[in-house]
Amino acid sequence: MNRLIMSEHLTQKNNSPLRVRGLDYLEQLEAESIHIFREIAAQFEKPALLFSGGKDSITLVHLARKAFAPGKIPFPLVHIDTGHNFQEALDYRDAMAAKVNATLIVRKVEDTIKAKNLTEPKGKFPSRNWLQTYTLLDTIEEFKFDACIGGARRDEEKARAKERIFSVRDDFGQWNPKLQRPELWNIYNGRINKGENVRVFPISNWTELDIWNYIKKENIALPSIYFAHEREVIVHDGQLVAMSPYVTLEEGDAVVTKQVRYRTVGDMTCTAAVESAAATLDEVINEITAAKISERGETRIDDKVTEAAMEDRKKNGYF
Amino acid sequence: MDILRFITAGSVDDGKSTLIGRLLYDSKNILIDQLEQLEKQSKNKEAGPIDLALLTDGLRAEREQGITIDVAYRYFSTPKRKFIIADAPGHVQYTRNMITGASNANLIIVLVDARQGVVEQTRRHSIIASLLKIPHVVVAINKMDLVDFSQDVYNNIVIDYAAVAKQLGLNDVTYIPISALQGDNIVDASTSMDWYEGKPLLEILEDVPVDSDINLTDPRFQVQFVIRPQTDDLHDYRGYAGKVISGVYKKGDAVTVLPAGIETTIAKLEVAGEEVEEIFAPQSATILLANDIDISRGDSIVQTNNQPQTTNEVEVLLCWLDDKPLQTGNKYYLQHNSRLIRSVIKQVEYKLDVNTLQQQPVEGNVKLNEVVKATIKTASPLVYDSYTKLRANGSAILIDETSHSTVAAVLFQ
Repeated sequence: MNRLIMSEHLTQKNNSPLRVRGLDYLEQLEAESIHIFREIAAQFEKPALLFSGGKDSITLVHLARKAFAPGKIPFPLVHIDTGHNFQEALDYRDAMAAKVNATLIVRKVEDTIKAKNLTEPKGKFPSRNWLQTYTLLDTIEEFKFDACIGGARRDEEKARAKERIFSVRDDFGQWNPKLQRPELWNIYNGRINKGENVRVFPISNWTELDIWNYIKKENIALPSIYFAHEREVIVHDGQLVAMSPYVTLEEGDAVVTKQVRYRTVGDMTCTAAVESAAATLDEVINEITAAKISERGETRIDDKVTEAAMEDRKKNGYF
Repeated sequence: MDILRFITAGSVDDGKSTLIGRLLYDSKNILIDQLEQLEKQSKNKEAGPIDLALLTDGLRAEREQGITIDVAYRYFSTPKRKFIIADAPGHVQYTRNMITGASNANLIIVLVDARQGVVEQTRRHSIIASLLKIPHVVVAINKMDLVDFSQDVYNNIVIDYAAVAKQLGLNDVTYIPISALQGDNIVDASTSMDWYEGKPLLEILEDVPVDSDINLTDPRFQVQFVIRPQTDDLHDYRGYAGKVISGVYKKGDAVTVLPAGIETTIAKLEVAGEEVEEIFAPQSATILLANDIDISRGDSIVQTNNQPQTTNEVEVLLCWLDDKPLQTGNKYYLQHNSRLIRSVIKQVEYKLDVNTLQQQPVEGNVKLNEVVKATIKTASPLVYDSYTKLRANGSAILIDETSHSTVAAVLFQ
């Protein structure tokens, strides 16, 4: 409706009938992502969508449904379960998979740790984030996936800003930033050698705010932890970390109950909450628009370790 | 609110990174933690207070060597527009990276150092902009602070560049004097250059019309994927999913499927599962046809009364992007949007000097970053338009059959 009103105005101004048809920025982003999804389905034999229960992968599933409607999504949803997930995200995952009638494959980091005799991370907030890579690579091997679709965005982080939409990984899942294929126009080259696979990022060109605005426009349901709720947290280095069985309490740690919401949803041990009273999408969007700190800076504990943390993980096979 | 995609081009010391940093910083698109990280890095490098150029430095390898390896994409927005910047590095592999970054751009900012004026690199960037038909050019004459904000210096550079633009046929060129370092004419009007009557850079970027860059007169559509749910209630559903490359399609349109040449009509149109009366570029849509025809990925559905060219042999401009040189007579996969065809480079006619636009004889193999005129023969017919007429249906890539690398950008002539 809005578009029509605006178009009429434009038509009068420019006196050109061709101006009547135009897409706003969210429609343009959606069209681009749908195009990418269809390229994946056509170019690969066994793609899989990496689904975490977070807002970015929820948006991915929504876009994939649109891309293949009225058919169903022609690939499975894969969740690499660290065992440190929020229950709300897991419940959402199961409900979503059932709703879209997709095959859900879950592989647990816990099992990889046992099978490969890996060392559990230690420390106050032991993060299995790094270990996910092992489980992911095993899962790719197990199902012979040739493309893994992820919800990474280029605005998130410096290493991501340089990655292609079709990102070729070698036998070991490694990303080589110096040997990326040029990606021109809207032409995606998904040809690979045996053993290689491609990570595809259909929402590369979306920003955090684009995602939120799209969720609102499309009325997409989210796990409840994205909205304000009461939670027991530990205040650590100015960040609020959820109290959970995976966190080691030390002397002097104060466990307090605060009204919080999550801006990004990862593991309980490496995602921080933000203090907030935003209970609706509009309120969340208002807060994010006014936010003075980036998504990763505010909520990702693991990226703070070194300046090049993401770059290192990607080179080793991370999403 | 719409989207403007632009690329910044400049030589190594023209202040490209500083300009991008300044745009992000002054438009308040940089957040506190990013700024803190920047301060930390600036200290690491002992480079004074905040080095805005560092904002665009990505990888550790790059920071260590003080260079940029690859095209990086930056995002910012104002209430008017979302911006996507392709930030391509200014050194050795420049042509390759610039072509990559420029392929989707609506606009290019050509940076000129006010002290140097129009130099060889300026010409090269402009030639690439003209080859790739970037619709809008902004010539940003930077470092005005170092020439005492002199109007004469600015005017002389404008005169010099106008000659280049004329030679290249660049017809939408805007000039602006700036100081990226000090923020003059980036977001706010400069107080040191009252003689400049135009808009600051950000306003130029917000106002440049982009809807006119999309061709809505020549309907082109390529099938990406055939949707066949094969369920009880959708037993006969057969939808051709693809992107409207250009033009508009309406229900009932008489269409021809190419290269087969079969005629039919449009029975139904859908966008994301919803039925619509018409579809237009750049929508992703689904077309259902009146007749059962054998159509597969890569086939074109066009209006019967407005058809592209169909041929097995095409003249092209090739921009070579691979370290491994081109070998005439070698076979490559040609990917034209979603259509993959085996092809052979029959003949290389001449090399285009990207600094002078002069045609030169080709000696030996065509190497990385070289642009040549060539003839390509394809194993099955190509359905295309010239790049000049229709950017989105006039471009392709070549893929090496063994390494699967993307080795060339192809512009149909």
